[in-house]
Amino acid sequence: MAGLTGRMSTIVKAKVSKVLDRAEDPAETLDYSYTKQLELLQNVKKGIADVVTSKKRLQMQETQMQQQVVKLDTQARQALAAGREDLARLALERKQGIQTELQSLDSQIAELEDQQQKLVDSEAAMRAKLEAFRTKKEVIKAQYSAAEAQVRISEAATGVGEQMADVGLAMQRALDKTENMKARAAAVGELETSGTFDDLTQLGSGKDDIDRQLEAIGAGGQVDDELAKLKAELGTGGAQTAIEAPAGAAAAGALGQGEPIEGESAEVEPEAEGEAPA
Amino acid sequence: MIVRIFSDGQYRIPAEAQARLHELDVETVNAIDAGDETAFTTSYGSLVEHVHATGERLADDELVPSDLMLPPADITLEEAREEFTGEGLLPD
Repeated sequence: MAGLTGRMSTIVKAKVSKVLDRAEDPAETLDYSYTKQLELLQNVKKGIADVVTSKKRLQMQETQMQQQVVKLDTQARQALAAGREDLARLALERKQGIQTELQSLDSQIAELEDQQQKLVDSEAAMRAKLEAFRTKKEVIKAQYSAAEAQVRISEAATGVGEQMADVGLAMQRALDKTENMKARAAAVGELETSGTFDDLTQLGSGKDDIDRQLEAIGAGGQVDDELAKLKAELGTGGAQTAIEAPAGAAAAGALGQGEPIEGESAEVEPEAEGEAPA
Repeated sequence: MIVRIFSDGQYRIPAEAQARLHELDVETVNAIDAGDETAFTTSYGSLVEHVHATGERLADDELVPSDLMLPPADITLEEAREEFTGEGLLPD
């Protein structure tokens, strides 16, 4: 079969036999293969630790960004209360940027979680194969003549070699992903410290300026919506604080503003009446 | 026939299920040649599914060489293409 499966098989078999050819006699092949498996298991453990570390780093970054979102939200409210709409807009724009970044961080963490699980599973499978191999190795050494042993060894070693290739690929893929994310996390970290969160959108995968402009329209709409919402909230909230704050004066003012319509009309009338007698 | 799916395990596939396996493999390669991501995901997904559905999973401690090997189920078109060029997916 010359399809994808056949191609994969050919490559794996070539790699496995390349490894096995390094040993000269059957017993050496077995021991060499066993040592290689132990080494690989150690590497897998390191690989898992590496993935876990990366995941933790991303999770920490996620927490920081969540705090940043809360802070920017507060800043936007403060800015608007202070009548600085431009500043409020800037804060909300930054918040929008961070929220976009948070979403992608979420999926990256999930991806690392997935990689971690794959490595753990693959380590368990490798360990089981290694144990079977260890037993078989002793049986082969003790029971078979050199010619028979060669066949059995080749079988056992190929079986376990495949597993090693399997684990090797899982490791490679996990580490590639981890490396990518490390680089990205570092880039985000730098932006965070330099405070240029507006540039976060540029971290996305090769967006051109039209994409960005389109995004800006969408983000602008969302910012406008939020701005309107904040205004509405602060609109009612503002009146309440005006009543409560400077107890005497403001309260009197507020009451005075509630009554005037009646009061004014009441005042106008007496004056009109008063004018008449005069 | 023993089939290994990387990052998954080994399966014993009965003779009557092998023709379909071959068909799906050919479809997958055609999709790779065409660079058709959707067709690739569909055909390779079906191939993996076919192995799961018709095969009997071997225990982890069985030491048997495989007749055929499949890349991990979540392989991308890009990675699959690498399998046909240069050194392939596997690290040295």
